[in-house]
Parts: sequence; C-alpha cells; structure tokens
Amino acid sequence: MSAASLAGIDREWRRFTPAQRVARFAVYFVIVAAIVAAAQTIEIIPEFLADAPEQVADLLSRMWPVDWGDYADDVHGALVETLHIASLGTLLALVMAVPVGILAAHNLVRSTPLNLFAKLILVSSRSVNSLVWALLFVGIFGPGALAGTLAIAFRSIGFVGKLVGEALEEAQPGPIEALTATGAPWRSILLYGYWPQVKPAFWSIALFRWDINVRESAVLGLVGAGGIGMALDAALNLFQWPKVALILIAILAIVIVAEVVVTQIRKRMI
Amino acid sequence: MSSPIRALPPADDPFPRAWWPRVTMVLVAVYVVYACAQLDVSWERVQTGLANAAHFFGRLFPPNFTRWELLLKGLLESLQIAVLASTLGIALALPLGLLGARNLMPAWVSWPARAIVVVARSLHPVIVAILFVKAVGFGALAGILALTVASVGFIGKLFTEAIEEISLKQVEAVRATGAPFFSVLGYGVLPQVFSRFIGFATYQLDSNLRNSTMVGIVGAGGIGGTLFAAFQRFDYDFVCAILIAIISLIMLGELFATAVRAIFIGNATLADLFRRGAGGRRDRLVEDD
Repeated sequence: MSAASLAGIDREWRRFTPAQRVARFAVYFVIVAAIVAAAQTIEIIPEFLADAPEQVADLLSRMWPVDWGDYADDVHGALVETLHIASLGTLLALVMAVPVGILAAHNLVRSTPLNLFAKLILVSSRSVNSLVWALLFVGIFGPGALAGTLAIAFRSIGFVGKLVGEALEEAQPGPIEALTATGAPWRSILLYGYWPQVKPAFWSIALFRWDINVRESAVLGLVGAGGIGMALDAALNLFQWPKVALILIAILAIVIVAEVVVTQIRKRMI
Repeated sequence: MSSPIRALPPADDPFPRAWWPRVTMVLVAVYVVYACAQLDVSWERVQTGLANAAHFFGRLFPPNFTRWELLLKGLLESLQIAVLASTLGIALALPLGLLGARNLMPAWVSWPARAIVVVARSLHPVIVAILFVKAVGFGALAGILALTVASVGFIGKLFTEAIEEISLKQVEAVRATGAPFFSVLGYGVLPQVFSRFIGFATYQLDSNLRNSTMVGIVGAGGIGGTLFAAFQRFDYDFVCAILIAIISLIMLGELFATAVRAIFIGNATLADLFRRGAGGRRDRLVEDD
C-alpha cells in the first residue's frame, strides 16, 4: 500500500454514507416544509383565540356544581349500554377476525392472492374510523346500540386480525410438522399445533382491544349509535352543562376502571 | 426380546380436558344472549337492516366527485390539523416524557408529569374536541388542540417508558466526564431512545391523520364536518367519494411513515426506498391504536 492509493480514501470517519445523509435531509426538509405550509395556510380566527380563557372559565362555571342526581336516572343505563356495546363488539370482532387473520398468515395459507385479499380487508377495516363505521351502520340499521356494536366490531377486525395473523406467522414450525407427519387433518393441526402457540397472544390482544373499545364506544353515541355518547350529545345540545360534567366524569371513571381491570388480568395471565 | 409388551393400565381418558374453558364458553354465550336482549338486538332488526343495506350500498355507488373542490379543501384542512397537532404534541410530550422518567428524575417531578400524561390519555380525542370547540370556537384550531392533547398522552407515555428502559452505563460514562445535565441528555440518553422515538412519532402522525378526518363531526375542522353533513343530507354518493379520499390520504400517510422509519431506523437511502418498495426493517408497535 503506497500513500498514493490511500489518498483517494476519505480519512474522516462519518457515520452515514452521503446517500443516507441525503435521505435524512429529505425527510427533515419535507417535515419542516409541511409544518411551515400548514402553519401559514391554516384558518384560525384570532378573536376566538383571544377570548378562549374567558370561554373556558364560563364553561367551568356552568359545569359546576356537577349534577350528581341525574346519575341514577339516565346516565347509569347509558353507561351499562356502553359496556355492553364494547364487550359484544369485541366478541363479534374476535369471531370475524380470526378467519381473516388465518387467511393473512402466509405460513398457514400458502396462497399469495388469498393473503393479499385478507390484508386488504384488514387495512380497510383499520383505515375507516369507528365513528365513520358508526355513521355507515346508523344509515343501514337505524340509530341504536346495534349500529354501535357493529361499528366497534368492524373497526376491531383490522386490529385483531392483523395481530392474530402476525402471531400465527411467528408460530414455531416444529409442532406443526410433527402433527402433519401423523397425518392429522387441518382442523387438528390448527387446534393442537397453532392454537396453543398463539393462545397467550390472542387473549392479550382481545383484552387490549376491549380496553380500546370501551373508550371508543363512549363516543359512538355522538352520531346516534347508542351508549353514553347519546346522553352526552343530548345534554350538549340542550346546554345542560352540569349533566355534561357528570357524563364526562362517568366516562373518565369507566375508562380508568377498564384500564385497571385489563392491567390486572394481564398481570395474572403472564 | 420375548418379554411381552406390558399393557397400559386402562384409563378413561389419557388427556382429561380442563373444565374451565367449557364453563367460560357457556358464560360467554349466556352473556351474549343477555346483552343482546338488553341492547334490543334481535334477528328481525338485523334482517330489516340487511334489506336496507342493499338499498344503502346501491346509493353509495358510483362515488360522486363533482364537488371535488369542497373535498380537497376538507382534506387539506385535515392534513394541516394532523401536521400541526403532531408537531405541537411532540414538542410538548418530549419534555413531559423526560420529566416523567423515574430513573432520571426525582419523584416530586415525575409524578405530576405522569399525572398530566394520564389525564391527556384517558379522554377520547372527540370528547376533548367538544370541549375545545366550546373554548376556542368552531374550526381547525379546536381540532389541532384536541389532537395535541391526544398526542401528548400517547407520546408522553411511550417516551417515558422508553427512557426508563435505557441502559444507565452510557449515562454514567458521560456523567463521569463531568458533562453538564444537557450533555448527559444529548449524548447519554437521547441516542438510546432515538429509534423508538422515530417509531412512535411516525405512528402518532398516522394516528393524528386518521383522527383529523373525524374531529370535524363535532365541528373541530377538517373533512369530518363535510362527511357528517353529507350523511345527514343523504348524499351517499358524495359520502362514498369522501371515504375513498380519506382512505387514500391515510394510506399515503402510512407510506410516508414507513419511508421515514426505513430511513431513520433502517438507514435506507432514497434509492433503497424505491428498490425495496418502501420496505426496510419492520418494527411493530403494539401500544395503542
């Protein structure tokens, strides 16, 4: 090695190649450009911003004192309905998502078109927000808890199916091969080969989704799909602020209770 | 080798089944029936609904793009809401998440920070949007603020957890050189959490994009308001056009997020993105939805 052959080599150590640096710079550039463009073109009415503190104070003074007396009359029933919507919706989603998840797992179903079809179902289920699903089902089934339950179920298919599919793809092939070698039919392979391997993941996905669904089902009523959101919507439209405060506290409580329950069950399971 | 094979003692069932899965199944079935009765869900309702569904989907198609200017305006506003809410949310969540990390901060600092994050997390963005619509009036600002709160809750929580999981060896090494606090952060802590931060920041951008198409339902700006109005006026073909536009926007957002993750976590170049079809290392984030 002569000094001449080393001369062409960059002696300074750099972490990234020039191409990588260009890529990073491009991302920074896009982000900054997007922020600047958005900040310049967004329509904000300064007068509204100026009296915001006043409005918040007004809101809080109207909400206080919280109207606890209404709880037994119409909030409790709506709260229970919300829980039913979340639980039934999750169960229905589990039933519908497992077949889709199986179709999406490429080690189980060795057919790329079927895998892609399942992925398409999962992506479209997740891309449509649960409130939009609720709007669709209210259009079909009319206002009420049925629309809410179906909205929760259809929104959850994507989440549950995707995670179940990924869990299936991570299953070890050893037990599966052993079962196949005995000549077991596919149902037995599924039940005794895959199921024990994905069982913990499955239950934790189900619990996790239930927790999310409790949050989501609380707002579905805003578009008429049942639950406590409907009571919230009615109270908002009638400017019954003390009742709004009560309903918000009830929602906050149920969300925290659901999260604590799920955390406790997960701790016991793992 | 003439010894006879000893017969196994007769057993009724060599693999007795556990009783609790069956009991659970029965309980779940009972619950489903009970809840359906409570919610007034019956087969007749589903049947009449399915009859409606045919009519409904008939009116959904073909999508009607004639009012594309309104559609584009709404989409742009949703995009603006998502970008600004993510920026503000991340800017607020980083210091809060740092303050909440119990391995770096004393308890009297970390508890208040964690409390703020928990409150921000527990309310649904739409409910927060309702409150902000009252506070700052109808329009995009309410949506931005509502999604900022949601982002603070999500990123704050994950950032705290990421910092609590770091290895303290590097931190100690930087401290041993006599570095001031901010150098310890910059050279000991942040490099360890950077790739995870990119993961959940892009995820949050995605999530804000989804939610920004929805906060309009309560009057907080974006395409949601247009969508809700079209629904109430039974303009179902326009609804279909809006839905297609929303799904395409979200998919574009997801592509962008994947590209950012590939560049920052997978060290991809721009050429790599096109070669591998925006692939790179996949990292999953099963934290929220």
